[in-house]
Amino acid sequence: MLTLDRVIIRQGDFALSADLTLPKGAITAIIGPSGAGKSTLLSAIAGFLPVSGRIAWDGTDLGPLPPGKRPLAMLFQDNNLFPHLTAAQNVALALTHRARLTEAQRDKVTDALARTGLSGLEDRKPSQLSGGQQSRVALARVLLQDKPLLLLDEPFSALGPALKSEMLDLVATLARDTGQTVLMITHDPADARRIADHTLVVADGTASPPQPTKDLFANPPKALRTYLGTA
Amino acid sequence: MAPRAVAIIPATLVAGLVLAPLTAVLIRGGGPSALGPADWAALRFTLLQAVVSSALSVGLAIPVARALARRRFPGRSLLITLLGAPFILPVLVAVLGLLAVFGQNGWLSALLGVFGLPPVQVYGLHGVVLAHVFFNLPLATRLILQGWLSIPAERLRTAATLDLPPFAIFRLIEGPMLRHIAPGAALIVFTLCLGSFAVALTLGGGPASTTVELAIYQSFRFDFDLSHAATLATVQLALVAVSALLLLRLPLGEAMGAGLDRTLRRWDAETPRLRVLDAVWIALAATFLLLPLLAIALRGVPGLATLPASVWQAAGFSLAVALGSTALCLALALPLALGRGEPAALLGLAISPLVLGTGLFLLIQPHASPFTLALPVTALVNALMSLPFALRALRPEVQAITAQYGPLAQSLDLSPHAWTFRILLPRLRRPLGFSAGLAAALSMGDLGVIALFADPERATLPLQMYRLMQGYRMESAAAAALLLLVLSLGLFWIFDRGGRADADT
Repeated sequence: MLTLDRVIIRQGDFALSADLTLPKGAITAIIGPSGAGKSTLLSAIAGFLPVSGRIAWDGTDLGPLPPGKRPLAMLFQDNNLFPHLTAAQNVALALTHRARLTEAQRDKVTDALARTGLSGLEDRKPSQLSGGQQSRVALARVLLQDKPLLLLDEPFSALGPALKSEMLDLVATLARDTGQTVLMITHDPADARRIADHTLVVADGTASPPQPTKDLFANPPKALRTYLGTA
Repeated sequence: MAPRAVAIIPATLVAGLVLAPLTAVLIRGGGPSALGPADWAALRFTLLQAVVSSALSVGLAIPVARALARRRFPGRSLLITLLGAPFILPVLVAVLGLLAVFGQNGWLSALLGVFGLPPVQVYGLHGVVLAHVFFNLPLATRLILQGWLSIPAERLRTAATLDLPPFAIFRLIEGPMLRHIAPGAALIVFTLCLGSFAVALTLGGGPASTTVELAIYQSFRFDFDLSHAATLATVQLALVAVSALLLLRLPLGEAMGAGLDRTLRRWDAETPRLRVLDAVWIALAATFLLLPLLAIALRGVPGLATLPASVWQAAGFSLAVALGSTALCLALALPLALGRGEPAALLGLAISPLVLGTGLFLLIQPHASPFTLALPVTALVNALMSLPFALRALRPEVQAITAQYGPLAQSLDLSPHAWTFRILLPRLRRPLGFSAGLAAALSMGDLGVIALFADPERATLPLQMYRLMQGYRMESAAAAALLLLVLSLGLFWIFDRGGRADADT
């Protein structure tokens, strides 16, 4: 369970407050207008931004931990892969930062790539892969990182609608298999409806507590109505 | 929209001004067989000092740039601005400052004396390299810092969530970036050091440390052997042309550009050990760059009041040369930037001032006494030398303005005249001011052609200062250096400022 206890994130004049709890093992979508602070919220949870208040995972305060020691993996909008490393080498970074892999590590990498549907493409570099395949490589790495929390900052936004849905379904499947808790930013309500159990709205300097996605869209609060254009 | 015809006249002019002296040099000079053992030694020394200088400059720039890229501290942006200063700093001023710190009677020797150690001997290869590192470490640092700051933030964040240690980040992210950037930076420094004249003249300290440029000067001034000078000029021409051609093939950062204000947050570098390491590198670099300037200021002030009249007169000549050179440079650069004149301007990069000076001397000599034309020739050569930098600043802006507002201007049916004077020139204010400042400062501080042509009557300030140094009148030399420093930086500041003030972005 991820708890944000009276968290305030300040960046210059901008401030975002969050006081909420994310259910464990569920997929939660973050929705809201651009510039409202969706990415800021994820960056703060990941440890890239200083906050006041307390961010905790299962009761453990994450505040003193640097990003690499937090129980989470994260994907960004772009630049998720190193362009000069092969798919397998990119994935292997989840296991070791050494260039040389053990036999067991190599097997794990092959297995992770197979689970994301990339068997046989181990030695391709990102430039030799399609956009969808690149996303799958990044997901394979996240899978191997084996962290209980996964943060997605719209990593599939550059993909076409069909491919994006496919990737979201893959995320949902992998997360259910591993019991991972997922927090994903989207600007498309359809994405939230497709895979998110819960959705939280970020608007007007506040991240509201998550609500079941169905209920939220059935009876949207004012900030969400404004964003959706149905006010 | 860019009137191409406008560019043809200055392009032809520049090409003529460069190619005619070159032809004169090539006709007068002999082949490689005309090179004596001393000339080969000069060639070897030129290459040696350039290799050592570029390796040291870039090698030291890497840790300094890394520290600047990942640390935020008060004075950081000021320090980065100062890193741009050596580019417009007169060479002789820096040399005198370095002597005050590292010379036999300098601060370092005094400090060593306290411990009973002998004073430092600064003349020779290491003195030349010291001065070259002083000039080029900042340039290399800016180029490499640009490379560091071009690393996408997400990549470092990914590395942070993967908990990669510093050496893994170096292998995965920084190493590949450096392999891309460092060779170009090293080659720029190498090329700049090939043309070393004033540094070798003042710090070489003997025949063993003579560069080709210096050898040209010596065969001019001491032997007055014009054919030999022309042969050496041919050698220098080949050297610089080859490295300039190599330069055009390498990817280069933009050392002049803005955008160095960002820092990269680095979660792997938060350990006390790395913090101290970075602080030490930044402190060392800042001390190395600032101490010589401080020394000039301290030593120069007492002598200011008693400066000989010849120095003030030389300062007047230098101002006139600098302003004339600036006007000429802009008059050539603007039409070239509007058309497609960059190749013509690059000719200026491929040849050295002394080669050009030798050629002009050969051309003028049959018709007039070259010495009476010393100042105009200096202004002309300085303008040609500044031209590539001016175009580098102007051309991209012209292209950006044309791309951004060209369609709008066409739909308004603006005449070419209105486009040039109502739209283009007003929007070019910043790069124009910057180019003018650069041209003025470079010309003000230049000790090159003037050393070939000058008679006792007409010396520029750098030359007059050199004469004071030769006469061991160090207090007057330091005061002249301070004056030269203030005038050079002042000219740059006034022009650059004039371009910025009230410029609507």
